[in-house]
Amino acid sequence: MTVTVNGVCWELLEGATLADVLVRLDVPARGVAVALDGAMVPRPSWPATALADGAGVEVLTAVQGG
Amino acid sequence: MADDPLVIAGRTFGSRLVLGTGGAANMAVLERALLASGTELTTVAMRRLDAAARTGVLDLLRRHSIEPLPNTAGCRSAAEAVLTAQLAREALETSWVKLEVVADDRTLLPDPIELLDAAEQLVDAGFTVLPYSNDDPVLARKLADAGCAAVMPLGSPIGTGLGIGNPHNIEMIVAEGSVPVILDAGIGTASQAALAMELGCDAVLLATAVTRADDPVRMAEAMRLGVQAGRHARLAGRIPRRFWAHASSPRT
Repeated sequence: MTVTVNGVCWELLEGATLADVLVRLDVPARGVAVALDGAMVPRPSWPATALADGAGVEVLTAVQGG
Repeated sequence: MADDPLVIAGRTFGSRLVLGTGGAANMAVLERALLASGTELTTVAMRRLDAAARTGVLDLLRRHSIEPLPNTAGCRSAAEAVLTAQLAREALETSWVKLEVVADDRTLLPDPIELLDAAEQLVDAGFTVLPYSNDDPVLARKLADAGCAAVMPLGSPIGTGLGIGNPHNIEMIVAEGSVPVILDAGIGTASQAALAMELGCDAVLLATAVTRADDPVRMAEAMRLGVQAGRHARLAGRIPRRFWAHASSPRT
């Protein structure tokens, strides 16, 4: 299946979870938040959140700004 | 001089200068500018995680016990801003948010309709909301009534350095007196920061004026002193304006 992660298309196996994506992205232990299809998913829910074909994942962190 | 702390939503800050981190040439300059400014509260933006985003601005703030204030910069609608605020709360473990909902890229002026809508939603969701607002006393009152912890009217559009375009509006917002007023955006140099404080603002938020100055560290120091000077002048009570001269030396 195909999932979009921060605007890039990823091919993933059926049954992949949000946690699988975030491990591959090597996300830091702190300072990151994730939205799946426009809704925030808290970190404790990442392993149990299965991804569907066509899902959009946004992984955000704090940067200089404002 | 007696302590004169800034209090927002029950939290006390020794500095009345809120700095933004956008526009700094590099982290080393940003770090020295933040320290020179004396700021205790500093804005950060939320963006996609990539190699460039792993620059460690949060580590820098933590190292100096500067509280991060995530913003919703770039959001055009209440829905976008609410989602960004939720992501910021999750990532930064703070319920404080500088709420920005702008109408277009050319002016970067706040969209008042979307702004008020987002503010109401975020207050309901338990956020401490500091909205970047137009210099409109009526909008400021509505934001305060909605439960915002402060109001942050602009002096002039973001990044212009034009200073305070409508000082009387800022004074009217201050006169409402229900929540702290933070002059946000448009400050270009220290005298404008001092003027904001003389008009009665509780604090000043600026970024570009420091980060894009030829010498950001020196300008940060200038802003610290400007804000302090303006605050003292406000509390000291200025003399009334006179049309004719008034001798300061005895005549006999």
